[in-house]
Amino acid sequence: MSRTILRDHHGERYNFQLRLLVALVCVVLGFMVLIGRFFYLQVMQHEKYHTLAESNRISLVPIPPPRGYIYDRNGVVLARNQSEYTLEITPSKLEHSLEDTINALSQYVEITTKDRRRFKTLMDESKDFESLPIKVRLTDEEVARFAAQAFRFTGVEIKARPFRYYPMGESASHLVGYIGRINDDDLDKLDDEGLLPNYKGTDHMGKFGLEQSYEEVLHGKTGYEEVEIDSNGHAINSLKRTPPVAGSNLILSIDIKLQQIAEQAFGTNRGALVAMDPTTGEVLALVSRPGFDPNLFVDGIDAQSWKELNDSTDRPLNDRAIQGTYAPGSTFKPFMALGALEIGKRTPQWGMSDPGFFQLGNHRWNDDAKGGHGWVDMRRSIVASCDVYYYQLANDMGIDNISNFMAPFGFGQKSGIDLPGEKTGVLPSQEWKRRTFRKNPAAGKWVAGDTVSIGIGQGFNTYTPLQMAQAVSILAADGIVHRPHLVRYIEDPATSARTPVAPAPIGRIALKQANIDIVKDAMVGVNKEGTGAAAFRGAEYVSAGKTGTAQVYSVKNGKKDIIGKVHNALTDNAWFIAFAPADKPRIALALIVENGGWGASAAAPIARQVLDYYMVGKVPGQPTPAPSSTPTPDASDEDTDPASAPSPDPAQAQ
Amino acid sequence: MWIKRLLKRIADPVDGWLLLFVLLISALSVVTVYSASNQNPDKVVGKMITVIVSLSIMWIVANLKPSQLMMLAPPMYVTGLLLLIAVAAFGVSTNGAKRWLNIGITKIQPSELMKLAVPMLLAWYFERHEANLRFRHFVIAAILILVPAALVQKQPDLGTAVLIAAAGFYVLFLAGLSWRVMVGLFVAAAASAPFVWTHMRDYQRQRILTALDPMQDPLGKGYHIIQSTIAIGSGGPLGKGWLHGTQTRLDFIPESTTDFIFAVFGEEFGLWGNLLLSILYICVIGRGLMITNQASTQFGRLLAGALTLSFFTYAFVNMGMVSGILPVVGVPLPLVSYGGTATLSILIGFGMLMAIHRDKKLMKK
Repeated sequence: MSRTILRDHHGERYNFQLRLLVALVCVVLGFMVLIGRFFYLQVMQHEKYHTLAESNRISLVPIPPPRGYIYDRNGVVLARNQSEYTLEITPSKLEHSLEDTINALSQYVEITTKDRRRFKTLMDESKDFESLPIKVRLTDEEVARFAAQAFRFTGVEIKARPFRYYPMGESASHLVGYIGRINDDDLDKLDDEGLLPNYKGTDHMGKFGLEQSYEEVLHGKTGYEEVEIDSNGHAINSLKRTPPVAGSNLILSIDIKLQQIAEQAFGTNRGALVAMDPTTGEVLALVSRPGFDPNLFVDGIDAQSWKELNDSTDRPLNDRAIQGTYAPGSTFKPFMALGALEIGKRTPQWGMSDPGFFQLGNHRWNDDAKGGHGWVDMRRSIVASCDVYYYQLANDMGIDNISNFMAPFGFGQKSGIDLPGEKTGVLPSQEWKRRTFRKNPAAGKWVAGDTVSIGIGQGFNTYTPLQMAQAVSILAADGIVHRPHLVRYIEDPATSARTPVAPAPIGRIALKQANIDIVKDAMVGVNKEGTGAAAFRGAEYVSAGKTGTAQVYSVKNGKKDIIGKVHNALTDNAWFIAFAPADKPRIALALIVENGGWGASAAAPIARQVLDYYMVGKVPGQPTPAPSSTPTPDASDEDTDPASAPSPDPAQAQ
Repeated sequence: MWIKRLLKRIADPVDGWLLLFVLLISALSVVTVYSASNQNPDKVVGKMITVIVSLSIMWIVANLKPSQLMMLAPPMYVTGLLLLIAVAAFGVSTNGAKRWLNIGITKIQPSELMKLAVPMLLAWYFERHEANLRFRHFVIAAILILVPAALVQKQPDLGTAVLIAAAGFYVLFLAGLSWRVMVGLFVAAAASAPFVWTHMRDYQRQRILTALDPMQDPLGKGYHIIQSTIAIGSGGPLGKGWLHGTQTRLDFIPESTTDFIFAVFGEEFGLWGNLLLSILYICVIGRGLMITNQASTQFGRLLAGALTLSFFTYAFVNMGMVSGILPVVGVPLPLVSYGGTATLSILIGFGMLMAIHRDKKLMKK
């Protein structure tokens, strides 16, 4: 017994050693292959490689493609390239410490503390052997002064580089976006996508806005040049050149003049505006206030400016038009009315006497007008913005009917606009509440009271200004749905051939034309005799609109301590939606003034200025009899004018 | 004397030969890193710190008993596997590739841990079933290899997946996987190549195509291969001399301190330098195989053998890739490339070899 085990053991041992021997043979063979390869390269082919490396050193120099320009719909440049001198340091090649070098350089070229801070940020993001700009946009004089001293500075050189320049500055900053230096994360991403070779020699890529979403189109294709270089690495002869393919230009649907008029109309207020062409889905203006200067980002923003932008309670880097989500307030009412007509819960003639409140169980929802609006039918409910009518209506329709009707209009859904970072918002439904309060099923149950608030655009629902504009646009176009987009054409810079982007509608919501006409007529009434009448008095065109004044429960996405600092953070948000001309709409818009107060006084006058320019070319403050550029007089006017506007509509949801 | 006692205590678990070879290779590495980094003293200091720290950890591992290593095997494997799953689920994604797990302080790459954990677990597994080894044990072992390898391949990191699978395969091979099965596997692998090809990621396919014809991608990986081949070939028999490699000086060699450091070495020290480095590697591998042969337990034999052959694989794959006979995969040149994680995991492996060897010496006493 013990003998067999012993023999077995010996057998296994022998087997193991045999395998070890086989492994050893493989190792030896492996190294023989390698050494054979070395012998082949270093002895047999040595002459060839020696020649390649010594007498004919060929360096492949990447030629980065020029980045495509961005134009507005009339050919105004929004982003272009310009060549500038930069003073650059390669940290790994310095003879003295970085600090000493920069101090020495500052004798010849002005280097501000801002430059130093920015350089430090760049160094943290880059590798030692990269050439980094310490100073950009040198004057000719500075170039000359440094050139005379250049021999003293190893590892420092002057380079001419193309810079991205945004001539409009703050204007349209959110939609145009900006480029920034490619950092380590970007490199990893490019590497994983297999795009790294195409970025050889390129330091920048789109980081925000259209610059980011159309990066592939704007960047182009890197070319390269095979050059012969001497033993110092200087090019002495070009052997072959594969030219780069320039990035394509973007022709936007934005009208920059319209955009600027809208931006100025906001004054110092925070807010957003989206104007679209309802017949095409083209975005004519996309405003988010306050803006920021995208030129700050191009050379690497310095830490302090970044901190200021990032920490500001006004959050200028947030693109409110697509990322801000707000309760729509009374601008939701026309859609509620249309829904009621479509599913047969109301006729236009159906009316009620508004007692000034709506009672459900023990809860009472008040109207803004004490004592109510009297007899209210559908048209009057929109024109005068009666809350009680919609409390009752929402309750009659039920949340799932509302939710199902609204979804095709794009409420609570990403529109698919060609910008990165769009937010979804919330179109509430029973299912939505159950999912959101999953951990607490009791709180997740939809109650009738939830629905009542939705009727006047309060409660759980929040939408982006873009979604509101999209919905208005669909209503204006009698149900035809376009995907909102900012880029009209992609233009080949060499041939000027233009490729149109997304021109076809993506669908049509089946709606009865009679019902649409009733709602549209009521919205025309708003601007004629209702809550928008003061702002649109004397307009040379017929427009349709709807005011909204949405309560702010809390500043969403903001921190608690910030709320305390913004004195008016709890003031209502002012909304206005509109389209014009009413019979054959060419423009539809939605806008919000954060904490602006009443929609009629804070938001409607902005819409008036935008529509005046688009419809009849009026520019505020210019000789033509334009409406007052400051909204306040209009507003007080309206408040004291019972004939034209019964009252604005602060929402009273409980 | 207490100093003498202390020195003896320090020297006790260390295998002199292995340490000698490691130090010689590290010396070559420091010299080459200095040249490859354009004479950046920071890199030299960094490399030295890496070696010293890694040697210290190697010493700690060398003090363990093989039975302790065995006990560590299953928890290490399970941890590694959970981390890999975590990477797949919550890994730091850089649009497309998830390899890292952010654990607050630092990002960790669990696939590196698996290079050690897989051979340890398999050696543990075969030790447990040594007495009644059946074919099904090999099947289970194969699954234990393929699960982590597949997770790593999904990241996607084909290079590391292959290395993990190779480490596991060496255990199977040494544990006595039948020759017939191996031939069968080889034939099956050859037959399934077209299928694998269609399931590879674009960039992985591109790398293989590039290896076959570097000019296809002259600005990307093909450029690396072209330039590193020129560097090695132009080095000639004697090399251009330390700090005199023109390919290196003129920045023709990408990743010259890490994956492509062998191009710098080959250019400056020539064929004789390459022979010296190859001989040092062969010495390390030879010593490892000796330790394997003398190990007193099945666990020790299998683990020592697999670690040694893995080391060979790293060296072979890297030198083959830089000299243009294998596709570009992200494998550093063992002990020579700059970079902490790779050096550390190799020296931990050597610590295990020493632990296995010391155990045998103790048994003799």
